Amino acid sequence: MAQVLLEARGIRKVFPGTVALDNVSFELRQGEIHALMGENGAGKSTFLKIVTGALHPDQGEIFLNGKPVRLQSPVDARRMGVAIVHQELSLFPDISVMENILVGQAPSKMGFMRTRKMQEISRAYLERFHVNFSPTEIVKNLSVSQQQIVEIVKALVTDADVYIFDEPTSALSVEDAARLFDVLKDLKAQGKGIIYVSHKFDEIFRLSDRITVLRDGSLIGTVEAAKTDADEVIRMMVGRSLERIYPEKGTPSRQTLLKVDNLNAGSKCRNVSFDLRRGEILGVFGLVGSGRTEIMRALSGVEPRTSGDIFLDGEKVRIQTVQDAMSHGLYYLTEDRKEQGLFLKMSIRDNVAVTHLDALSKRGFLLRNRARELASTVMRDLRVKAKDDDQLVGSLSGGNQQKVMIGKWISRNPRVLILDEPTRGIDVGAKAEIHQLLRKLANDGIGVIVISSELPEIVGLSDRVLVVHNGTVAGVLDGSQLNDETIMEYASGLHSKAVAG
Amino acid sequence: MDTSPASLDHSRETWLRKVSRIRELTIVVVIVALCVILSFMSSSFLSVDNIVTTILSIVMTAIVSVGMTVALVSGGFDLSVGSVMSMAGVVTGALALDGMNVWIAALLGLLASLCSGLITGLFIGKVKINPFIMTLGMQGVVQGVAYVVTQGAPLSVTGVPKSFLYLGQGNLLGIPVLIWILAVVVIVSDLIMRRAVVARKVYYIGSNEAAAYLSGIRVSKVKVWIYIFTALLAGLAGILTLSRFSVAAPTAGQGMELQAIAACIIGGASLTGGEGTVLGALLGSVLVGIVNDALVLLNVSVYWQSLVTGFVLIAAVTLDVLTHRKKTT
Repeated sequence: MAQVLLEARGIRKVFPGTVALDNVSFELRQGEIHALMGENGAGKSTFLKIVTGALHPDQGEIFLNGKPVRLQSPVDARRMGVAIVHQELSLFPDISVMENILVGQAPSKMGFMRTRKMQEISRAYLERFHVNFSPTEIVKNLSVSQQQIVEIVKALVTDADVYIFDEPTSALSVEDAARLFDVLKDLKAQGKGIIYVSHKFDEIFRLSDRITVLRDGSLIGTVEAAKTDADEVIRMMVGRSLERIYPEKGTPSRQTLLKVDNLNAGSKCRNVSFDLRRGEILGVFGLVGSGRTEIMRALSGVEPRTSGDIFLDGEKVRIQTVQDAMSHGLYYLTEDRKEQGLFLKMSIRDNVAVTHLDALSKRGFLLRNRARELASTVMRDLRVKAKDDDQLVGSLSGGNQQKVMIGKWISRNPRVLILDEPTRGIDVGAKAEIHQLLRKLANDGIGVIVISSELPEIVGLSDRVLVVHNGTVAGVLDGSQLNDETIMEYASGLHSKAVAG
Repeated sequence: MDTSPASLDHSRETWLRKVSRIRELTIVVVIVALCVILSFMSSSFLSVDNIVTTILSIVMTAIVSVGMTVALVSGGFDLSVGSVMSMAGVVTGALALDGMNVWIAALLGLLASLCSGLITGLFIGKVKINPFIMTLGMQGVVQGVAYVVTQGAPLSVTGVPKSFLYLGQGNLLGIPVLIWILAVVVIVSDLIMRRAVVARKVYYIGSNEAAAYLSGIRVSKVKVWIYIFTALLAGLAGILTLSRFSVAAPTAGQGMELQAIAACIIGGASLTGGEGTVLGALLGSVLVGIVNDALVLLNVSVYWQSLVTGFVLIAAVTLDVLTHRKKTT
């Protein structure tokens, strides 16, 4: 058996409130491509951060080439032969390709960079991807796909034993992905070890020797790729019992409330059509980067779109701006509560009043008592735990902040409510309350769209589920199709008819 | 301690807590202390003459600072206020010298300021240019206009009606008209900033621009209004300066941006936006004015003034940063 390059034994990592990893063991052999899989939040990123020194495990050991190591920092890990290609680009946009590739290891002479040498090295690696840009190009002038190649090359120039690729193809074209696969096979032939993270089953089965699946921070198992199939891996990824109790499903009417026809807005929202019924909760699921947020932002006038018609109650409406959407009763609640949703330095009253400025004013002046009444009503209805409506929103708990954000919108009588990750980062109790509230709103005849990256929430809460893959609608599921496995299959693009471009 | 007027009425709180939350009170204490010290150091400090001079020298800074507060609350600022002030005075003076009715000339001077603010606001709001760069550029452009109109030399404006000079030199009920004007500006602006919906939007934008946009506030439109307002008040200060001295100098507003920003920051406005009050700007101006007056009384050369104001600004910002840091830890 080939030598083991990297081994993790009994890794445990606890973040406040959650166990991110529990007793996870993993081994990577020489000349092996080892896929790491799991749904969003399963613990893959945490695991990668631990083996690259960005996080320290609370328990467990890491061995490199059989020797126990304590990785203090990413620099430490790189020095010991572990290189990683991050999912998010970590390039310096304002400097050249070659300086990005050789960051921290630029050949120099008396403190000056040897630019010709740098160009040579960079070009040698870039040529393998048949790129048509020069090593001296400034990174921000490149396309996302080209930047991804630079990111990959940056890892390849480090002479490492272990290379980690975290969803490297999410931004690559089909051709570039194929070139990457050739590079990976070369590395494998040289006896390097590769950890490969991806949601794309075709890639996984094409490349990998073994597959390790994580779920909810636990190791589910490691299997030989040749002896398994996508169905089994998906079952490993999602096979859990629904331990939480969700509100009873509703009885949406047959009447279509919102109809979206051929919506287009950039590469993350292409030819999107779907409809939403009165009284329905429509779940929207997609893997990270699938375009679920972009689609909803284009629909609600937050981001511009290139084409597409929107019908409310059968009538075509013009929604170009947030104000247009608001005037039609279609509201979008951002996933980024703190950065984009709330005014943390302002009071609960001000946060609620912001969407009611016209109704709360007379001749241009704010009616303070009316604002106070409104805020109190919202706080009572949503059971916001706070001293009074003067309390600053920044001092509330995550769940109560989320309630304030929902409150400022539902007090405006929505027709369609779009919530992006409404329960992210809040405790279980508040989560259940929000689920109940959304169901109640739907039962009152409002159309509710919920984006979530948590499968149990999608399955437990939705009447139907819109699955998004690669910026397009992969399918609209209901009835018996509303189960983790089927949704995951669609989200991974296993059922997409169109060939990805 | 929270100083933001975002939470307006604290009627449910005890009187004592209410007072302790007011940043303005701290400045009043500092001002009083400074006055006591100065009255010992210089016998003429408490003379009626000196008090009136000091207050009059504060009027222009205070008017400009009120406008600057609005820009600061929105999370921006305006470096062009000094040049706009010079330009408004110069345009008014030149037109009056040309034989135009001085009141119409003054209106045109205000109109020119409005245009300057409109351009600034459009570029910051719609084209989304950084306020620092945009207002720095406009500072040059508008100052250039003032120099071109005057060919660099101050215009001695003679033969204008007494009624115009009354604004800057006259008394009403024994109090200089300038002070009445300042009072009106401060009271009206304060009411607007605390109660008007449009001003609430400024606080929302300064507190979290992305959230304001997603809540349906037309951020770029509000920004245009902000810079128009700031420029109009700077222009008003310029015209009042002309009326006070009967001279339209292309350098009348020189250094005003430093004075005004210092006054606002001392008054509790935050450079990161969302915080700041008209009352704070007024008190900040008073403090800066007294410091300048002290230099005169203590026979310090006028050339030290900029140095000291700059130092006071840095001290105020440092204090601001340190207290905010304490709040977060």
